[in-house]
Amino acid sequence: MPSPRTATYRGAVLEALFGEMRRDNSVILMGEDIGSAGGVFKQTEGLFAEFGAERVIDTPISESGAFGIAVGAAMTGQRPVFEVMFGDFITLIMDQMVNQAAKISYMSAGQFNVPLVLRTAVGIGGNLGPQHSQSLHAWPVHIPGLKVVMPSTPADAKGLMAAAIRDDGPVIFFEDRMLYNLRDAVPDGDHIVPIGSAEIKRTGRDVTLIAIGRMVHTALAVAELLAKQDISAEVIDPRSLVPLDVDALVASVKKTSRAVVVDGGYRQYGVTGEIAATVTEHAFDWLDAPVLRFGAADVPIPFSKSLEPLVLPDAEQLARDAAALVRGLR
Amino acid sequence: MVSPSLQTATALSAESLPSAEEALRLLYRMQLIRTFEEQVRTLYSGGMIPGLVHLCAGQEAVAVGVCCLLGADDMIASTHRGHGHCLAKGADVARLMAEIMGRTTGYGLGRGGTLHIFDAANGNLGTTGIVGGGIPLAAGAALSAKRRGRRQVAVAFFGDGALNQGLLFEVLNMAAIWRLPVLFVCENNGFGEFTAIEDVTAGANPIARGLTFDIPSESVDGMDVLAVRTAAAGALARARDGGGPSFLVCNTYRFGGHHVGDKQDYKDDDDAKAWRLKDPIERFGRWLQDSGMATASAIAALENEIDVVVRDAIDRAKATPFPAADTLGIHLYA
Repeated sequence: MPSPRTATYRGAVLEALFGEMRRDNSVILMGEDIGSAGGVFKQTEGLFAEFGAERVIDTPISESGAFGIAVGAAMTGQRPVFEVMFGDFITLIMDQMVNQAAKISYMSAGQFNVPLVLRTAVGIGGNLGPQHSQSLHAWPVHIPGLKVVMPSTPADAKGLMAAAIRDDGPVIFFEDRMLYNLRDAVPDGDHIVPIGSAEIKRTGRDVTLIAIGRMVHTALAVAELLAKQDISAEVIDPRSLVPLDVDALVASVKKTSRAVVVDGGYRQYGVTGEIAATVTEHAFDWLDAPVLRFGAADVPIPFSKSLEPLVLPDAEQLARDAAALVRGLR
Repeated sequence: MVSPSLQTATALSAESLPSAEEALRLLYRMQLIRTFEEQVRTLYSGGMIPGLVHLCAGQEAVAVGVCCLLGADDMIASTHRGHGHCLAKGADVARLMAEIMGRTTGYGLGRGGTLHIFDAANGNLGTTGIVGGGIPLAAGAALSAKRRGRRQVAVAFFGDGALNQGLLFEVLNMAAIWRLPVLFVCENNGFGEFTAIEDVTAGANPIARGLTFDIPSESVDGMDVLAVRTAAAGALARARDGGGPSFLVCNTYRFGGHHVGDKQDYKDDDDAKAWRLKDPIERFGRWLQDSGMATASAIAALENEIDVVVRDAIDRAKATPFPAADTLGIHLYA
């Protein structure tokens, strides 16, 4: 059997963009430096050359106004993919996201829809400091009317981007920029991952590790460490935060009776709390221990090389805590 | 032909005058808005409308002077004071009233209310609860229109309060660099909520905000429907011909308060009286008579006809139910 075709995470999203833009003339791109510059992470490279300035639109550094224009365009026949360069900058567009995009279908009783994708790069790494490193996916998940996805692999990045573009409502698409160079198998041609479906990344019996985005890879490393201690961990990637595949998460926890939730966003009032509560509500009688949750340290992401690595959950520490959980020590 | 009563009108050239038939339509639309708003006030005071309502009496000439030049596939984005824009753009009176009353036959099934009235069939991107919130939506519609290439345009209505929203500056800039077919219409009624424009706004003339982006900008007498119509006609023709955006400041006055129930202590009585004398509907009615386009009895008949239309709309809205519990979540996701 030939080895499967591979692509980087960055390239996989690009494949979806090329595919959808060729398929549907109403798909347009808007963002800063995405045109002839090809994106600050080279994440839009080649699109401008094929589709031109009419469909690959360089915006000024005016996130709020430009995103509002994308919402208006989406209401009137376009399918914009709007890029916010760093996830930290979604703070600049919250009014348009929360008060307009999320509510227009509801308020207009479906007379208008807002078929747009907001893609943004998040993640800690590279010493970019407190205003370029946050993972703020816990902000839009709070707002009814928005779908929120966070792919962890190149294949999911491609399939979820295509699904997001074809969705008739607003989808917030978080990409971890530290995954951009990750290379893995990616299906050729049309590839759709339905929004709202979790994936079991590794099966296990003793504990369920629910991990989001880049933390999926950390969780897989944790599962390896646990295996050396004869602990069998199941790893689940929700892939979509809204809608959340509650059935898949609960089924796994009912099987293992223990759960650990791992996220790269802040822990305080974060998505780990929501997932832990949801799992507890649905599987309380099956749980042998409280649900553990781990997120980024609740501090601004520091710049210095000695401090930045301390922010994210560490695989060895996670493995120790998960092992203690399984052994009834937590 | 031009009567003394419209001497203050700017650019009232002969070729810009409407036919008698069109002139009566302009009067009809303005009077429809006025009558509608009076009934909304009555219904609100009588407890038939919950929440808050912001009425546009006094500002009818702006909505009608602009929207009379638009087709159903031209888009507008409105404001929190938007009933007039909706009616000027062709909204069904009963559906509009039903939405304001929170009834199930309203444009948003009663879930939006006065601040969130969308009318896709007539090209209305919505009234809004965010000051300036409609500005980028109109520009986005203009971006779509430009891509379609069918000479469609979009209009952003906003009040003088939005002159100080950063969003306006961002969107003016993009509309200019992308030459979007959009008309920015500032309804300068002198007050942002309860605060006079001069207390919170730098710059002697708001049109400077458009001019700084090299956007053709002018201010007009917003109490004169023909002046508004003339200025808008030039701007919209330019937009349809690929000439990009324009910025129009219509100086007008809000006869009522920020919302029904506002005691308006901050208003100067003499100022308010002076503006009342410029009532756009009375003024245009006089001009119609002076110019021989309509008789007093024809105008009275038109007013009576509108009374019937609005009362019938109220009756129909009142007869429809409040939304059922099972509609709470519908249309949340497309």
